[in-house]
Amino acid sequence: METSSGEPTSNGFVKPPDFRREESGRGGAAVESNGHGLGMGLTLRLVQELEGHSDRVWSVSWSPSGHTLASCSGDKSCRLWENLTTSPSSSTWRCQAVLEGGHTRTIRSCGWSPDGKLLATASFDATTAVWEVTGGEIENVATLEGHDNEVKSVAWNSSGTYLATCSRDKHVWIWDVQPGNEFECMSVLSGHTQDVKFVAWHPTKDILVSASYDNAIKVWAEDGDGDDWRCVQTLAEPGRGHCSTVWALAFDKDGDRLVSCSDDLTLMVWDTSADLADLSGSGQAQWKHSTTISGYHDRTVFSVHWSRVNGLIASGAADDCIRIFAENREDSSALPGESSFSMVAKKVKAHSTDVNCVQWHPTDPRILASAGDDGTIKIWEVIGDLSLVG
Amino acid sequence: MTPGLINANPVVHETKARSVRQESTDETSVDEFDALEIFEHVRDITDPEHPYSLEQLNVVSEDAIDVDDKSSHVTVTFTPTVQHCSMATVIGLCIRVKLMRCLPPRFKVDIRVAPGSHASEAAVNKQLNDKERVAAALENPHLVEMVERCLQEREG
Repeated sequence: METSSGEPTSNGFVKPPDFRREESGRGGAAVESNGHGLGMGLTLRLVQELEGHSDRVWSVSWSPSGHTLASCSGDKSCRLWENLTTSPSSSTWRCQAVLEGGHTRTIRSCGWSPDGKLLATASFDATTAVWEVTGGEIENVATLEGHDNEVKSVAWNSSGTYLATCSRDKHVWIWDVQPGNEFECMSVLSGHTQDVKFVAWHPTKDILVSASYDNAIKVWAEDGDGDDWRCVQTLAEPGRGHCSTVWALAFDKDGDRLVSCSDDLTLMVWDTSADLADLSGSGQAQWKHSTTISGYHDRTVFSVHWSRVNGLIASGAADDCIRIFAENREDSSALPGESSFSMVAKKVKAHSTDVNCVQWHPTDPRILASAGDDGTIKIWEVIGDLSLVG
Repeated sequence: MTPGLINANPVVHETKARSVRQESTDETSVDEFDALEIFEHVRDITDPEHPYSLEQLNVVSEDAIDVDDKSSHVTVTFTPTVQHCSMATVIGLCIRVKLMRCLPPRFKVDIRVAPGSHASEAAVNKQLNDKERVAAALENPHLVEMVERCLQEREG
């Protein structure tokens, strides 16, 4: 079918071809077959729906072992969920604790330290709380103050020595984690011109990425000579960057690639293999746009996560769907150095309203957690042959 | 009223006759949502700085509401009374809150200012459709009080 000619409408004008479908090039067709033999090979089976929050659930975070799932909500609380068995696909998840009283407003984001002992929670009340979770005991051990207004995201670096937070005040703060649960602000990073929505650390290096309402992604690294941090690259080139708010970011297992999701209805994959820290200043090493995954999402994409176990990308969006994407292994149409992805699963009405967060289990390749505006958390099992897509 | 109104002398228009359609009182009946029904929900919202309704100021009209009941999608386009209306985001927030309360949660609501009607059109639209910003605004007691005042039942 010729898409460029458009189709005549009743009033005689030629209707332009559907922009989004045209742009994607594999929109609806991917549902049946994507030409790479993957098809829609996977499905999502609901393991369990977790109820308890009394307002929208903004975010979920797996503990590093995958034993505990933390969730946070507009109800100002954080909940910890654990499975009564050792199998995350058994429908025996229970709420084991409710963390209340730490915040006076919405808790937007939560994140576990790499040793699984500390949970940080970021709130619209402008503070970040740190909770020590040891055995059955949970204690609020620190409250980090400094941002002018809503804190929107929190993330620990891979070694647990730094904590990053970001806010509507346009700044990113890096906190030095010191003995005795002391947190000292090391650096306040300025550069974004609007709210900073999300922060994520590289899985092995002390490189931080931030995503903003200003449509840009910024990459921050430590200066060679000590305690200061600076922006080493901004991923926002015209035509190769997002054209609306960037909501979330996720690295792949090795940190060689980064995926971002946006209000512009796309996901973008970036080649992050160049070592920015080594060559900072010379301007030689650059992270590069690799591919754009478009034509799938119907509304804002709020969350994206790259599994470190199965290599799949999951997305959660305001169209209530969860989608899973796999990289095409052999793509003759791709230029050298480029990659392409196909949708391999789509769960329509995953939540009855917006899907705010999707997070792959850290060790089980088949388990995914999601959080929605409907106040629920859902645990999903991926059914199908992962060896075909992984 | 406070000195320095954004629009000191707004033009007040006649309002449309009330719908004679029988509003369903039967909780179980499944009526399709249409533009008129959405308009009925937002026409009486009071302007943040004048004692007139959004309908009286021609800020909202039935024609500028699009409803796709099947795909659960509503778009409300409103026209601020002046190009530099700093109240535009408050008006948009009022419309959003009113529809959040009236419509079933399945509806996705987009709220925009009419093209060319506002000096910061893109910025206003972006803010009104960022749900995180909206959620944060609705935890701000000062803003909530302002919104509630606009949403109060009008007399007459």
